[in-house]
Amino acid sequence: MAASTDQADGASGEGPLWEVFTQEKQGAPHEHAGSVHAPDAEMALQNARDVYARRGDIVSLWVVPSSAIIASSPGESGPFFDPADDKPYRHPQFYKTPRGVRVY
Amino acid sequence: MAATPTREDNASNAAFEARIAAGETIEPKDWMPERYRQQLMRMMSQHAHSEIVGMLPEGNWITRAPSLRRKMCLLAKVQDEAGHGLYIYCATETLGVDRAQLIDQLLTGKAKYSSIFNYPTLTWADIGVIGWFVDGAAIVNQTVLAKASYGPYARAMVRICKEENFHKRQGFEIVATMASGTPGQHAMVQDAVNRWWWPTLMMFGPSDANSPNSAELLRWRVKRFSNDELRQRFVDLTVAQAQAVKLTLPDPKLRYNAETKHWEFGEIDWAEFKQVIGGNGPCNRERLAARRAAHDNGAWVRHAAAAYAEKQRRAGAASAA
Repeated sequence: MAASTDQADGASGEGPLWEVFTQEKQGAPHEHAGSVHAPDAEMALQNARDVYARRGDIVSLWVVPSSAIIASSPGESGPFFDPADDKPYRHPQFYKTPRGVRVY
Repeated sequence: MAATPTREDNASNAAFEARIAAGETIEPKDWMPERYRQQLMRMMSQHAHSEIVGMLPEGNWITRAPSLRRKMCLLAKVQDEAGHGLYIYCATETLGVDRAQLIDQLLTGKAKYSSIFNYPTLTWADIGVIGWFVDGAAIVNQTVLAKASYGPYARAMVRICKEENFHKRQGFEIVATMASGTPGQHAMVQDAVNRWWWPTLMMFGPSDANSPNSAELLRWRVKRFSNDELRQRFVDLTVAQAQAVKLTLPDPKLRYNAETKHWEFGEIDWAEFKQVIGGNGPCNRERLAARRAAHDNGAWVRHAAAAYAEKQRRAGAASAA
């Protein structure tokens, strides 16, 4: 994923940066593939197709302005995610079931 | 900007080294030593430039491919190289540099690219041998780089490795076809092998004793094997392939060591390598001139696309108002 938003102003003449997400088959999630430069959304889609879908193995593409992505900060990932750390009861292994019974 | 370090204190450095030692992947927004960022930027942009300049020697033969099938294959391969260059530029941009800056460094001659692309493609057989040798060597390199410690670089390599096998096979198919053809065809492909073998071995870079950046890159797990180890792996893989199509590798010292189970080979002409890296290979000036011309000739397309996008934005704003 692109690091910067201040580089996304298209000053280079190649247009701002767009993040590309590809779906490899129907029903699969869209996954981040990389990024492209393009002056507008339509060209971003075309560039993304040319760069990330050259082999007919992609069924859907998303492009998103890189500047629109808000990411969690690695420096704060401890406190940010720790509300989930002390909740083992959100996992099925937490629960005891009678021996010999197939629960799932 | 990604994680510009405000203070490079020892604690951050130690934490970073510990993450590397634990085999963790470093991501763009993670703290990293400035030196790690600089080394990656240098190595990745060189790699991207190599993909782009690498289009030129092969592009030379697209219009003269011997059949429509060969032409389609070569065209697809050269397009892939463009794509691979863009994958790596995009990964390099995550380090906080703009692609336009990187391209500027290439066009002004400030940045380096692989020495191999400064050799000329004299015959159609060169196209086969490039796919076999040069892409073969690239696969050996890139398979290892797919485990590099920097996430965006490693992911770009995974994507490239998936696609690169076609390149090597299309090359080897050309080589095998010519090698089993007329004596003239066999001689042509043998000549190409003779010219490309040593420059291909140079692709892996200086020997370990003379590689200034290697130790650091190995410690940071950007590289996982040394230049000499990868070169040896390539030689071991390629000898059997050459034997299979009855071609001779141009090295009288090439011999199998049953003890080490490796093929030993002769001394590389490092003076030639230095010359080519230093800008004095057979085609350095021609390659850069071609890249500059392509960039300049494409300027109107970039301007037109930007102007069109601007016009659409204004029209959208006007109709919304």
